[in-house]
Amino acid sequence: MAKDVTHLPGFTTISMTVFAALYLPIVILVVYSFNSGEDLAHWEGIGLQWFTKAWANDQVKDATIRSLWLAAVAAVISTAVATMAALGTTRRGRFKGQTFIYVMINQPLMVPEIVTAVALLIFFAWFKVNLGYQGMGYLVLAHSAFCIPFAYLPIRARLESMDLTLETAAADLYATPWATFRRVTLPLLLPGILAGMMLAFVTSLDDVVITVFVKSAGQDTLPTYMLGQIRRQVSTEVYAISTMLLGLTVVLLVVFMALTRKKD
Amino acid sequence: MSGPASGKTASSKPASGNQTSTGASAAEQALVKASVRSGWLLSTPALVLLALAAVGPLLIMLVYSFLTPGEYGNVEWGFSTDAWTGILFTRDVFDDTLRLEDAHLSILWRSVKLSLMTTAFTFAVGFPTAWFIATRPQRQRGLWLFLITIPFWTNLLIRTLAINEILRTEGLLNNILIGLGLITEPIQIIYTDTAVFIGMTYVYLPLMVLPLFAAIDRFDMRLLEAGYDLYATRLQVLRRIILPVVKPGIIAGSILVFVPALGAYVTPRILGGGKQMMIGNFIELQFGQGRNWPLGASLSVTLLVIVTAALLVYVRFANREVTRG
Repeated sequence: MAKDVTHLPGFTTISMTVFAALYLPIVILVVYSFNSGEDLAHWEGIGLQWFTKAWANDQVKDATIRSLWLAAVAAVISTAVATMAALGTTRRGRFKGQTFIYVMINQPLMVPEIVTAVALLIFFAWFKVNLGYQGMGYLVLAHSAFCIPFAYLPIRARLESMDLTLETAAADLYATPWATFRRVTLPLLLPGILAGMMLAFVTSLDDVVITVFVKSAGQDTLPTYMLGQIRRQVSTEVYAISTMLLGLTVVLLVVFMALTRKKD
Repeated sequence: MSGPASGKTASSKPASGNQTSTGASAAEQALVKASVRSGWLLSTPALVLLALAAVGPLLIMLVYSFLTPGEYGNVEWGFSTDAWTGILFTRDVFDDTLRLEDAHLSILWRSVKLSLMTTAFTFAVGFPTAWFIATRPQRQRGLWLFLITIPFWTNLLIRTLAINEILRTEGLLNNILIGLGLITEPIQIIYTDTAVFIGMTYVYLPLMVLPLFAAIDRFDMRLLEAGYDLYATRLQVLRRIILPVVKPGIIAGSILVFVPALGAYVTPRILGGGKQMMIGNFIELQFGQGRNWPLGASLSVTLLVIVTAALLVYVRFANREVTRG
């Protein structure tokens, strides 16, 4: 195809500007997090002092551990139920109620976060008052639920591109359904499951709004700790935390891409 | 595939064009009944979790919107429609008449206005970007798409913070403008509607580019040749061929941007500085200082209804495209 056919004047300039505009602010934030100066406004050379300072801060350390723990638990739970749901909604004839299941599973993607957050605040407030339980259970429940669609979509995509004949072959060779699942389906599905878990983990790790409304006192995650800090005064410490989170996200995304890349 | 999900799908599997559907054999047909039951059984854990921590609470919120606010927050059990009239009206203390509440109206209007502006502007710059990516050679495309995907998955708070750094009074933008001699004093951008608009455009742009890319990627470029062969100008080709064909992508992108923009909380909170409130912040206020949970609930339900209406329009449109094409 001739190149000039698809060429539209100005489009390349606009898109280069868009890419620059997307990355410039993030790059500046990362650069500033290495500022060794006391004050955000003045650049005083490169240093890691804000990273060590952030790590020496017990609140940050607590929030980091809580964030990672919560993301891991939520990712495992949501991926487990999403895998089952994906197996239940693919590779079979369309059945009545399938649309209902789709809508339910994708619900967290459709409803604005603030609406879910408020609904959960109301719902959990009742339990917090009447049961007296203030633990992490509420956050685990909320995060597991809104991570489901993120885990479900890559798993379903993987299932739909999988070859049914392998399982038929296993069954022909007198494998029990369970053996077929464990020895054939599951290994083939594994990259999809890991990819889904990765997305669920990142989604949980990034959440601010729902966590702010659901958490009890002393249950700050990294994002809610950052939000609380920003409300007072944006400090270089917050930039250092951002840089660490950013690094983790990029690493997880690269792993995700490797898992879902199609072999040509 | 359901519409709103396609944004994330586009990012996770950019190149998935068509899936091979395995035709059902006669033996499978006989197992349909058992397969339907196992389908439901396998989906049950996910459905229970979602009912408990996503869908169910929405129904309870609807109930709360008809209750009376408690003195220290929460609610008291007493039926009232005040939370619903309270969205737009205030009740006069003396003669009990209703009059329009200007403060509420201005918040609602700002939310709609900023969300529409964000949607329009992300489309204006997102379309050329998506076009650019889709017309790259196959080998490069993945890389460009990945460059859009990284900001998409980067924490919203971090991206808002990054824009905050640019826009603040001693930030990069003011320094550049002063350096160029365009202004002598820093101008106040942060804590204005403009800042919220810039911030939302920045954070929601990937949501526009990804579905647009998915639509343009399927676009048959030979149509362009046909158009030019028939002496169409570039503008005519854009307006009469490209835009109509990628319309589903335009609608998907617009909804993916408009919905979270309308419900935005973090971005207006930080860049609007608590003064330039949008619906999301106004809702939060009702659960904090406002101590009016029912009003917060009724506002949330209203937001939900608007969003659902937008999604239904999309589903309608998407289905029509499928049946036609």
